[in-house]
Amino acid sequence: MEKKKNRFVMTVLSIILGLLFGAIALKVSGYSPIEAYKVIWLGIFEKPKYVVYTIIRATPIIITGISVAFAFRTGLFNIGAEGQFLVGSLAATLAGVYITFLPPVIHAVVCILVAALAAGIWGGIVGLLKAKRGVNEVISSIMLNWIALYLSNTMLTVSSFGFKRANSDSSHKILESAKINLFQNWKVSEAGRAALANNKLLKDVLTPPVNAGIIIAIVLAIVVWYILKHTTLGYQLKAVGYNKDAAEYAGIDIKKNITKSMFIAGAIAGIAGATQVLGVNHQISILGASEGYGFDGMAVALIAGNNPLATIPAGLLFGGLKYGGAKLNSSSLGAPSEIINIVIGVIVLFVAMPKLYDKIFSGIKKIMSKKDRGEQNV
Amino acid sequence: MSKEEHKLIEMKNITKKFGDFTANDNINLSVAKGEIHALLGENGAGKSTLMNVLYGLHMPTSGEIYIDGQLVNISNPNVAIKHGIGMVHQHFMLVDTFTVVENIILGLETMKGPVLDIKKAKKEVEEISKKYGLYVEPDSKVQDISVGMQQRVEILKALYRGADILILDEPTAVLTPQEIEELIEIIRALSEQGKTIIIITHKLKEIKAAADYCTIIRRGKKIDTVKVADVTENDLAEMMVGREVTFKVDKKEQKAGSTVLEIQNLRVKDNRKLDIVNNLNLEVKSGEILGIAGIDGNGQSELIEGITGLRKSENGSIKVHGMEIANKTPFEVINSGISTIPEDRQRRGLVLDYTIAENMILENYYKPEFSKGGKLKHKAIKEHAKKLIEKFDVRPDDPEYLAGGLSGGNQQKVIIAREIDNDPELLIAAQPTRGLDVGAIEFVHKYLVEQRDKGKAVLLISFELDEVMNLSDRIAVIYEGEIVAVMDAKDADENKLGLLMAGGGVSNGEEEK
Repeated sequence: MEKKKNRFVMTVLSIILGLLFGAIALKVSGYSPIEAYKVIWLGIFEKPKYVVYTIIRATPIIITGISVAFAFRTGLFNIGAEGQFLVGSLAATLAGVYITFLPPVIHAVVCILVAALAAGIWGGIVGLLKAKRGVNEVISSIMLNWIALYLSNTMLTVSSFGFKRANSDSSHKILESAKINLFQNWKVSEAGRAALANNKLLKDVLTPPVNAGIIIAIVLAIVVWYILKHTTLGYQLKAVGYNKDAAEYAGIDIKKNITKSMFIAGAIAGIAGATQVLGVNHQISILGASEGYGFDGMAVALIAGNNPLATIPAGLLFGGLKYGGAKLNSSSLGAPSEIINIVIGVIVLFVAMPKLYDKIFSGIKKIMSKKDRGEQNV
Repeated sequence: MSKEEHKLIEMKNITKKFGDFTANDNINLSVAKGEIHALLGENGAGKSTLMNVLYGLHMPTSGEIYIDGQLVNISNPNVAIKHGIGMVHQHFMLVDTFTVVENIILGLETMKGPVLDIKKAKKEVEEISKKYGLYVEPDSKVQDISVGMQQRVEILKALYRGADILILDEPTAVLTPQEIEELIEIIRALSEQGKTIIIITHKLKEIKAAADYCTIIRRGKKIDTVKVADVTENDLAEMMVGREVTFKVDKKEQKAGSTVLEIQNLRVKDNRKLDIVNNLNLEVKSGEILGIAGIDGNGQSELIEGITGLRKSENGSIKVHGMEIANKTPFEVINSGISTIPEDRQRRGLVLDYTIAENMILENYYKPEFSKGGKLKHKAIKEHAKKLIEKFDVRPDDPEYLAGGLSGGNQQKVIIAREIDNDPELLIAAQPTRGLDVGAIEFVHKYLVEQRDKGKAVLLISFELDEVMNLSDRIAVIYEGEIVAVMDAKDADENKLGLLMAGGGVSNGEEEK
């Protein structure tokens, strides 16, 4: 209990320190930190639709965050969430475009499952390589990240595949039945328009591509938390993660568990890709470089202390900073939005240094107790 | 005596609290120059904590430390080193891939301009090594030298830093009997040269052999400081545990039954791909304890790993009740009725980040008592742990306590509770009392004998000859991966076994060496 409380205090302190360092960077570059943070704050909270955009921005990184946190709890470092995200996006798009006979909802569910399976295999390869050949998961997953990127791009550039939409850099749009957007049809229907005309708030909220992604993220967070805490699967996986020698000795098949764990982590990251396609982009495009959803997920998992439930607030914080921070450029202030990367970087840095806080805390305690004792020994 | 008047170290009213737990409760300790002073106490009694306070690893909650009559504030090990205090930890802190010299000078490198003057350093190290009779191979890598030599490197490291006071934390826990004797001689020589030595230990024999004075600590409180010459081992044990202790194992006469474990021509390779278990034959019967005597490194660890499925058997057969288990998975081996108290309890035996309750089900989590449809039954798991905690007297008696926070003896109790609760046909106990104090040893022995009395088979592997001789019904001697002799425990004596363990007295026609 005590430990959990400390962890929370530590995280809050890290966030404050992050903002402080960001402020210093702004000041040094000649911008008013207060003005800049006001822009970010208003950028997130000024209008209801901004809040909705923030949530939409946060959804994929919450889910990749869950993926990384899950793997970490089982002793693996899933740096491959990026590639798994891309594979998930690709699989979901393919399923969304080419499966034509399914009704709404079911089609979307199938797309998500296909994405989870494909990305699960992508992650599972990493696990298998580690289990069978001792290949370090960091190395193999970074390699697979690139393979995923070029696989996706190749699918879109080779025109004979017919996946690419003519005169664009993108794939065909997924079918309506595959989308997970909410209220979009109602929004443009007669009844909807009439209702929205009288309700400004609702109209505002429904402007962004509202979708079921955040619900999926929350459900996933709860499911993963439950697996880790209450199931034999979680028990095994954590035992292998904490001490694989003891797990092996106790008869737990560590190779199988490593593969399993990476499959699950991959599947989760794949679902992140699917929600982004089915709820926001409705297509995939040729990418010059990865978009960083997987890497952002690592930062989210770190801030969340690898607790799947905590990835939700951590992801929202991260998403908010990214979304609100992007407005620094366009605001009258004209400050660089990259400042946000400094803030996030510093937060992650301090969260990752729990020992530092021990030092600070014990230092404060020592000074206090010395004062009490009246400096009797120097 | 003038020694008595001028104490080198005086620790006054030291109290150290960790949260609500008081590890040291108002302890006074004084040690004179040149004295060999033993700190005796059970695991978790607070003796290491007290020394960590002296070495600056912990700050005392209250109390004062005087070195040579001067009040000092030892806030970190660097300050301790400045005051001439050196500490050799139980787990060595050496860089395996560095040479002996490199390890000793680490942090205090002798430089010639910007480059390391390794020649000069080597000369210095050799000088100290000669002065105190601490033989080391300066150019060998630490990973290639014996544990005994690694310990001498640690001692040299402290002396190189100018230590006049040496704290040795459980120095004999990892040593062979011969190495222990050498160490005692070294300690004596150091004391004759004016060094002051504090040994943390729970081995009474060594205290009698080496120490001048002994301070006994029990549950964080100082019981007494005694002159070692004036007391017996039994007196010391009683003061340490707080009750009378029996050293003799109480064992009824019992006829061994049918064969439980049968090993034939077993060959197992070590990590370097060399045959370390070589053509080994062994039989363990129900209702007996078979003890394997041998010096560390003669294939004992690999033999256990071979039986339990953790290491591949190259050829030969291992049968339990006639069923072949060679090269089965650990899971299958466990289910064939074998339980193991592993050699390295922290590495193999426990998941330190799991609670006591979680550790208690490590092999059985999937069984219907503890899970249903893949969902853990937290309540049943907790109840199960509570039951075993009570039966095996694990302290603290909290199922939610992390295994990593337990003392060594209690960690071992958790493992023994779990393994015996499996009700195995064969219990393998690999160094089951390593690093434990007398109270805990008594406890472990009691349960091993109980298994035997129930008609189960017990295979005991230990480097402590006394333990093997006291517990076993039959003794097998292992030398270079082979069982070179099997005898009735009644016919065994220390000399005979010692000779066999060292590879002597084998006269079965083969002419080696």
